[in-house]
Amino acid sequence: MTQLDAAPAVVPAVTRRKVAPPGGADRVFRIGIRAAGLIVLAIMITVGFFLLQNGTTALSTAGWRFLTTQTWQPDSGNFGIAAVLVGTILIATVALCVAFPLALGVALYISEYAQPRWKRFLVSLVDLMAAVPSVVYGLFGAVYLQWNALDVPRWIAVHFSWLPPLRVDGFDPNDPLGSNTVFASSTFFAGVIVGMMVMPITCSVMREAFSQAPQGEREGAYALGATRWGMIRSVVLPFGRSGMIGGTMLGLGRALGETIAVYMIIAPVFAIQPHILSSGANSVSALIAQQWGAASPFGLSALMAAGLALFTLTLVVNFGASAVIARSRSGQGSDA
Amino acid sequence: MTEIRRNTSDARRADRMVQFGAWAAAMAMTGLLFHQLAPFGGVVGFLLIDWVIFLCLYGLLVSFDNDRQAVKDRLAAAVIRGIAVNAFIALIVIVGFPFVKGIGALRHVNFLTEDMAAAGPLDPLTQGGILHAVVGTLEQISIALAITVPLGLTCAVFLNETRGAFTRFVRTIVDAMTALPSIVSGLFVYAFLILLVGLEKSGLAAGCAISVMMLPIVIRAADVVIRLVPSSLREASLALGAGQLRTAWHVVLPSARSGLMTAVLLGTARGIGETSPVLITAGVTAYVNANPTTGPQISLPLATFTFVTSPEETMKARGFGSAAVLMILVLVLFLIARLAAGRPAGEQSRGRRVRAHRASMRDRERFIARIKEEEQP
Repeated sequence: MTQLDAAPAVVPAVTRRKVAPPGGADRVFRIGIRAAGLIVLAIMITVGFFLLQNGTTALSTAGWRFLTTQTWQPDSGNFGIAAVLVGTILIATVALCVAFPLALGVALYISEYAQPRWKRFLVSLVDLMAAVPSVVYGLFGAVYLQWNALDVPRWIAVHFSWLPPLRVDGFDPNDPLGSNTVFASSTFFAGVIVGMMVMPITCSVMREAFSQAPQGEREGAYALGATRWGMIRSVVLPFGRSGMIGGTMLGLGRALGETIAVYMIIAPVFAIQPHILSSGANSVSALIAQQWGAASPFGLSALMAAGLALFTLTLVVNFGASAVIARSRSGQGSDA
Repeated sequence: MTEIRRNTSDARRADRMVQFGAWAAAMAMTGLLFHQLAPFGGVVGFLLIDWVIFLCLYGLLVSFDNDRQAVKDRLAAAVIRGIAVNAFIALIVIVGFPFVKGIGALRHVNFLTEDMAAAGPLDPLTQGGILHAVVGTLEQISIALAITVPLGLTCAVFLNETRGAFTRFVRTIVDAMTALPSIVSGLFVYAFLILLVGLEKSGLAAGCAISVMMLPIVIRAADVVIRLVPSSLREASLALGAGQLRTAWHVVLPSARSGLMTAVLLGTARGIGETSPVLITAGVTAYVNANPTTGPQISLPLATFTFVTSPEETMKARGFGSAAVLMILVLVLFLIARLAAGRPAGEQSRGRRVRAHRASMRDRERFIARIKEEEQP
């Protein structure tokens, strides 16, 4: 108290401390990192611009027919992406049907069932799978899987051919000696391999979301008498729902853009092929890889336009995915 | 009386017996079905039917002495375990496949020391190799790294050291570009560097295409790692009077070092395996082209692809061999990345700790000497 009383009544004026960022080397640093950000942004934004610029010649010739024509004969002016776009979407759909249950099962296993000492190893294994080159997946599919697993699409065709997408032309279910080769090089096998390929990335996003489910709520569920599955269904899955959707969309983005694995497996056709088990399929990226070597300058322009369509499609899917994942990070999924 | 540790595991002996019983019964029933009753065949079909019968029997057995919730719990656990085991087996088979098939080509030393210039499609495996593809891959990935590492890490620092609408915008764009189709990055570099700037199809263009594909991946991973650096470290540095540059260079980046290394290595593993950008921008050759600025230059994944699409059996064997070499490269990169990632942000290795301790000892001596100097003018 005495000290307080002894304090001078008038506070001497102090100069306000400078809080503005310091200059000199730091200014250069800030300019430098901003420049790096700007360069990266420029590269990413000009991707679409350059594709559009080079595709304009072809797009202006074809007009809206570019989206409705099925054949690809750019030099006679008759070309469009209807067939390959439908093919891309079908392959990605099959891929998701394979990848989603597998990724969900593996993610739940790692985050809920695996023993702690195995967890790190399994997480590394999934990460490693995400880094395996797509040409290795394609190799497995093209050389091994589609010749040794022909019974699977045959079985599906025999029992479910009343569903239009699963019908196979040129295959008679009542003829047990019928050749199996009508099932090779199909949308189905391309989709299965692409699904195996996108499974790890989908799985790691899902696992991340599941492992962030709050411990308190888990224990609360157990305390109320829930079994492990009851806890997963009432806590982990609702909490990780955005992660599940986001991971699946991220996988969808990868599946839409996959080139070389699809190219190695399919037998290219230039008509809309709605029968996923039949031999013959196509996708936008496989089309670009097939036609690239032998394309005329106008053909290149047409391929650039096809690339632009693929780019737009994946960009929309990716923006959706990152929006959904960002929502899950803020924890809004927990009250669902 | 010594206390006996309670077993907190929820698996009882009866559960194990039920599992085993259901499994044995399912095997027996499926075997009967396949061999005696129905004209089924195939390993895949056997396993599938076996699994379904197992689940039915298991559910039935559990329901004898448990309620509905417990039955659902056991069945869900069995389904999830089954899916996980199958997925891991499938992935290991896919990775192991090129090694098994490629051993025929890998046995010959010339496979790694010769190119395909002198070897025709009908020549045996004792002639020709993939040296041209190895050289191409190493040069292209070096070019890609020379662009990606400085630019990517600086951009990651930018995302963390600045705030504002521009930063958020860059982050959104980079996030959306992580799944940029690799063939689109090839088309972009073709349109920009080859059609506009006037470069020819070459390893340089391929390296640029790979780096366009790698950039968002590396930036995103590095961004996450730098975000994990404790802000107390950054604030301590600023409070000691260091500027932004010194804080970033001496505190933030060293703290995140192992994570940054992982980000770069995983990006490299992805970039090294990309086929389509090289197909678009560098093309196929059969001879060693060590000059990345002129002429076509092949890479390992592209060589795998061209070999395997050939109808000759020896060429196919070469394809498997080069896929195996590619997988070895990826595995090595991945292992180094995992070893480097052992430490969280801010924790240092032993050598670095010793060096930091020595440096601070030197500073102490310096300060003491200075104080003594000031005390005795």
